[in-house]
Amino acid sequence: MRNKTNYITTILLMLGSVFILFPVFITVINAFKTPAETAQSILALPSVWTFDNFKTAIEMTNFFNAFANSAYVTFFTVIFTILSNSLVAYAIARNLHRKAFKFLYFYLVSAMFVPFPIIMLPIVKQMSAIGLMNLNGLIILYVVYGLAFNTFLYTGYVKTIPKELEEAAIVDGCSKWGVFWRIIFPILSPMNATVGILTALWAWNDFLLPLVILSDQGDRTLPLVQYVFQSQFATNYNLAFASYLMALLPMLVVYLFLQRRIISGVTQGAIKS
Amino acid sequence: MMDKKNTRVYLMMVLPALVLFFSFHTFPLLQGIFYSFTDYRGYGDWNFIGIDNYINVFRDPRILNSYQFTFKFAIVSTVLVNIISLTVALGLNSKVKFHKTLRGIYFMPNILSILIVGFVFKFIFSVFIPEIGQSFGIEGIAKSILGNRDYAWIAIVIVGVWQAAALNVILYLSGLATIPEDLYEASGLDGASKWQQFRHVTFPLIAPFFTINMVLAMKNFLMVFDHVVALTGGGPGRSTQSISLLIYQDGFTGGQFALQSANAVVYFFVIVTISIIQIRFLQKREVQL
Repeated sequence: MRNKTNYITTILLMLGSVFILFPVFITVINAFKTPAETAQSILALPSVWTFDNFKTAIEMTNFFNAFANSAYVTFFTVIFTILSNSLVAYAIARNLHRKAFKFLYFYLVSAMFVPFPIIMLPIVKQMSAIGLMNLNGLIILYVVYGLAFNTFLYTGYVKTIPKELEEAAIVDGCSKWGVFWRIIFPILSPMNATVGILTALWAWNDFLLPLVILSDQGDRTLPLVQYVFQSQFATNYNLAFASYLMALLPMLVVYLFLQRRIISGVTQGAIKS
Repeated sequence: MMDKKNTRVYLMMVLPALVLFFSFHTFPLLQGIFYSFTDYRGYGDWNFIGIDNYINVFRDPRILNSYQFTFKFAIVSTVLVNIISLTVALGLNSKVKFHKTLRGIYFMPNILSILIVGFVFKFIFSVFIPEIGQSFGIEGIAKSILGNRDYAWIAIVIVGVWQAAALNVILYLSGLATIPEDLYEASGLDGASKWQQFRHVTFPLIAPFFTINMVLAMKNFLMVFDHVVALTGGGPGRSTQSISLLIYQDGFTGGQFALQSANAVVYFFVIVTISIIQIRFLQKREVQL
């Protein structure tokens, strides 16, 4: 019985997916319409597919600048997070039998329970005092705040790597650093992918941290730009949708190609917690 | 000799990270706790005032209001997300057509910026749905739900569920994948109905996933910020002002740095306590099932 295709469930799931896709559908078709067309019917397809809204939105929000900012922050956050967090977790995992390292492990991991608002007010004062209210400051915060969860993820994984592998390399004259970069780091690849995906999603979509940290107009990331221009969009929905679509599109495209990897990466991350 | 050298190397691996973590996480955290015992406004002079701020946290109508909204939102959303995601996951786990595509669609909300999606939903709630209401003469939806003090929170629940279900569906799916097929065959032979199968075979086996999902969803919903900013900005009035949003708004621009720091400390304890209670309670149930 279970081998037959379940058509009723298939149809129900397809109906459900309409609800999921609906906001994206509305965004896409209205991004190409004129205000008059939207006023006539929100759901109708545009009579002429025009890119005028996109042109105006690009100029108005300085889209390419915001895109570059988001890309810059996401790229360097992911690189530095993978390189540094894996190293820290490796050192901790290999010394968990020692009190100091065990303490360090719990110190970092327990930060997962600290909600950001408790740090928010002081960190803004602090970042402004040391002149880091910019994209680089943002990258530092993402890399540092990621440590809590990533240490947890990586440590669990490092423990499964047999120590004999390292000992053999050391006999061959490899230093501890060499052992990590040449032997451990490549073995960590699946975990690096998971951490990279989770970090990229976080840094790319995050709104609160850029909102409080970035002080310069030219530094605004994509979500922040949509927020700042909200009041100016209010009079022209089509312009707003064009802008939203451009902001959502990069991630949608990445998702289209890396769907399987992203789903498994996020699942791995969530289950381990 | 060798061991000492190794220890030095290990220490060098963790020390920079430790210093950075302390400076950018622990230090501001301690500062927040410190200022919660003062009358600091975010600038200028300050004095120690003991636990006055903590007493005021429990008296301030705005703060109590934000807790009321946040909990109402978090509890309703958590329950809905889990019911919906488990249902969808059970569907996806059965023999359906286009399985991969459907799974991809259901997971999509997880990768999108909730702020931007929230803006799209704002249009749906404030323009699209009222228009349908007006043209079909359905009075109940002819006005924007976002402008309604009593119901605006429901709109935030809808967006919250729309997004959070994505992750939970996938987690339940990976839970369901761990159940061996022959268990169903055995219970099928025993004449168990579909519901009995779910109640006595499926659910007990995915109970750990149920725990993860409940705790994860609840914790995330208690921190709700982007959804509210996008949809209502906390309004109408302060009816949808979440705890995070209140700390942000009044802490930065309301001159309440100290009071909101105290609020944040309380909020921290609330989140930790709820997570622990949930884990304890749900794990106990897992054993009994």
